Amino acid sequence: MSGPSTYDPKSGFAKWLDQRLPLPRLMHDTMVTFPTPRNLNFWYTFGGILTFCLAVQIVTGIVLAMHYVANAELAFASVEKIMRDVNYGWLIRYVHANGASMFFLAVYIHMFRGIYYGSYKAPREVIWILGVLIYLLMTATAFFGYVLPWGQMSFWGATVITNLFSAIPVIGPGIATWLWGDFAVGDPTLNRFFSLHYLLPFIIAGVVGLHIWALHVPGNNNPLGIDVKSPQDTVPFHPYYTVKDAFYLVLFIIFFACFVFFEPEFFNAPENNIPADPLVTPAHIVPEWYLLPFYAMLRSVPDKLLGVLVMGAAIISLAVLPWTDTSRVRSCRFRPTMKWFFWFFVAACLILGYCGAQPVDATLFGIPLVWVARLATLYYFAFIYPIMFFVGLFETPKPLPASIAQSVLGEKPAAAE
Amino acid sequence: MRLALRITLAAGLALGLAAPSFAAEGSYTRRPEKEVHFGFESPFGTYDRAALQRGFQVYKEVCAACHSLKRIAFRNLMDEGGPGFSQAQARALAAAVQVPAGPNEQGETHNEDGEPLTRPGILADYFPAPFANEQAARTANAGALPPDLSLMTKSRRHGHHYVYSLLTGYGEKPPADYHLAEGKHFNPWFEGWAIGMPAPLSNNGVTYADGTPATIEQQAHDVATFLAWAAEPKMEERKRMGFAVLIFLAAFAAILFLAYRKVWADAH
Repeated sequence: MSGPSTYDPKSGFAKWLDQRLPLPRLMHDTMVTFPTPRNLNFWYTFGGILTFCLAVQIVTGIVLAMHYVANAELAFASVEKIMRDVNYGWLIRYVHANGASMFFLAVYIHMFRGIYYGSYKAPREVIWILGVLIYLLMTATAFFGYVLPWGQMSFWGATVITNLFSAIPVIGPGIATWLWGDFAVGDPTLNRFFSLHYLLPFIIAGVVGLHIWALHVPGNNNPLGIDVKSPQDTVPFHPYYTVKDAFYLVLFIIFFACFVFFEPEFFNAPENNIPADPLVTPAHIVPEWYLLPFYAMLRSVPDKLLGVLVMGAAIISLAVLPWTDTSRVRSCRFRPTMKWFFWFFVAACLILGYCGAQPVDATLFGIPLVWVARLATLYYFAFIYPIMFFVGLFETPKPLPASIAQSVLGEKPAAAE
Repeated sequence: MRLALRITLAAGLALGLAAPSFAAEGSYTRRPEKEVHFGFESPFGTYDRAALQRGFQVYKEVCAACHSLKRIAFRNLMDEGGPGFSQAQARALAAAVQVPAGPNEQGETHNEDGEPLTRPGILADYFPAPFANEQAARTANAGALPPDLSLMTKSRRHGHHYVYSLLTGYGEKPPADYHLAEGKHFNPWFEGWAIGMPAPLSNNGVTYADGTPATIEQQAHDVATFLAWAAEPKMEERKRMGFAVLIFLAAFAAILFLAYRKVWADAH
């Protein structure tokens, strides 16, 4: 896509097709000859892993939808039928359910990697924004999907989340009723959530297409965060990165398979194996682990509307990172101060996740967790706005290597780690 | 609308906006489960066939008086990875129960005495429920509803340990300051410590065909194993496949690693 195409159609049919629909040319240019920085490390394999995750979720999801019944009376039983009577239904469902967790694990690593190496910075802002959009769609899809088995957590999770909209002044309660299609979460809600759960993954796939397209214009960032300057800095995507991505993908699948085959209920709340009961509220309503940090933020704000706004702002704020970051250096490898703030940011997200899993009134060593969550929430936003802004202005970056090739192939490989 | 209000309030509670403390209830959270070994827990562990058959006997003779097991059919008793009854045994067990039948060919749903028509069970029938409906179950159990046991071990933290601990957890005297509600039974392995179910097991309450001494602990262990199977009947198939998948993936990863090294050998 960037640079001249080197595709050379050999057969008569290939030439014929190339003049009509140059799809093989597109594939050749993006997946074979595409010049890729030669120093991409392990953390750069998660893009491919995420594509795999999306494909797995779509394929297993389509099969599950052949057996699932989106009806409040029948949904739970239909899922149990999949688990017990459908051939390999247990496998397909466990892959799909654990696949969601794997998808989020991979996307979080992918996002943190992007922040660490400054991959959101010019000229890659649009890639980053599309990524935030994909993440937003993923959270919505995962939420809808979690409701479908119609267990206790499904039902009460849906109740809590949809009730958030009622925090909006004046029109809020009306919006909530409109979302439910009823006066509470019920059969119409389940039906529309199923419809949306089936729709959104294809929208995600479309945005992923744009994400990859946008990536292929400036090309990959790299751990040094410096631009590609000469052909010596790059290697063709195939076979160098196809084989590297494939190797790490298989390692990831091994990790994935350990959960599917040996701890399939690890990420599931036991309560969700109880059919939904609108008259029995679980003692602790918790979302899936990947949404816990946002849940902790929501609960740490003592006002419902403000809490909802903070939670929404936490995701949306990621999109403005390219502009709040004032540094001229991309990679944290050469940013001695930002490196520390980055790891604090990772820690804040993990702490928020921990707080979100605990009961509201829980304490740790006598400290109320709600205050820990407040502090972590504060740091989350401080990182994105003032820290990104001021550290970029005042930090003295370490000297950058002259080129990727020199750093990797030269006599002083220190910077390449 | 009352339901909607209730749900809205509950959601508010969940968000911690109404912020009442549950500390008073907190001191009666259920105790950690007893330490007991189950052979099927390990990555290659399988269900003990004999334990499953004994556990089924405990379920049939004790639990089934009040608890349904509605997601298990008689055919499942002969499934691979299950209790391993023969087809003849499973057929006989099914035939021993009466299931609702009718209308018959004449369109009748009740016999001359006004009783609903029934027929002997077949392999395809699911285990019959002990009560016709929730109200009947509550009436017979002092207002408490005995839950269906099909997913019991998956719907509680450390499920089969929980079942074992609960069934062997009766007999302690409640603390002096603990008020036990009327009609409830003291069991600190149950959330809130007051359970509607009276101690269901007794020494030699069942007579095992294989001569295993039927202590309370033995029965609890057997029925916990049986319920673990009922909740996760494909566990053995799953672990077996997992083992094959991991071997394949490990070999695949090794080949890819060698390819990766070879491709990159000249690149840096």
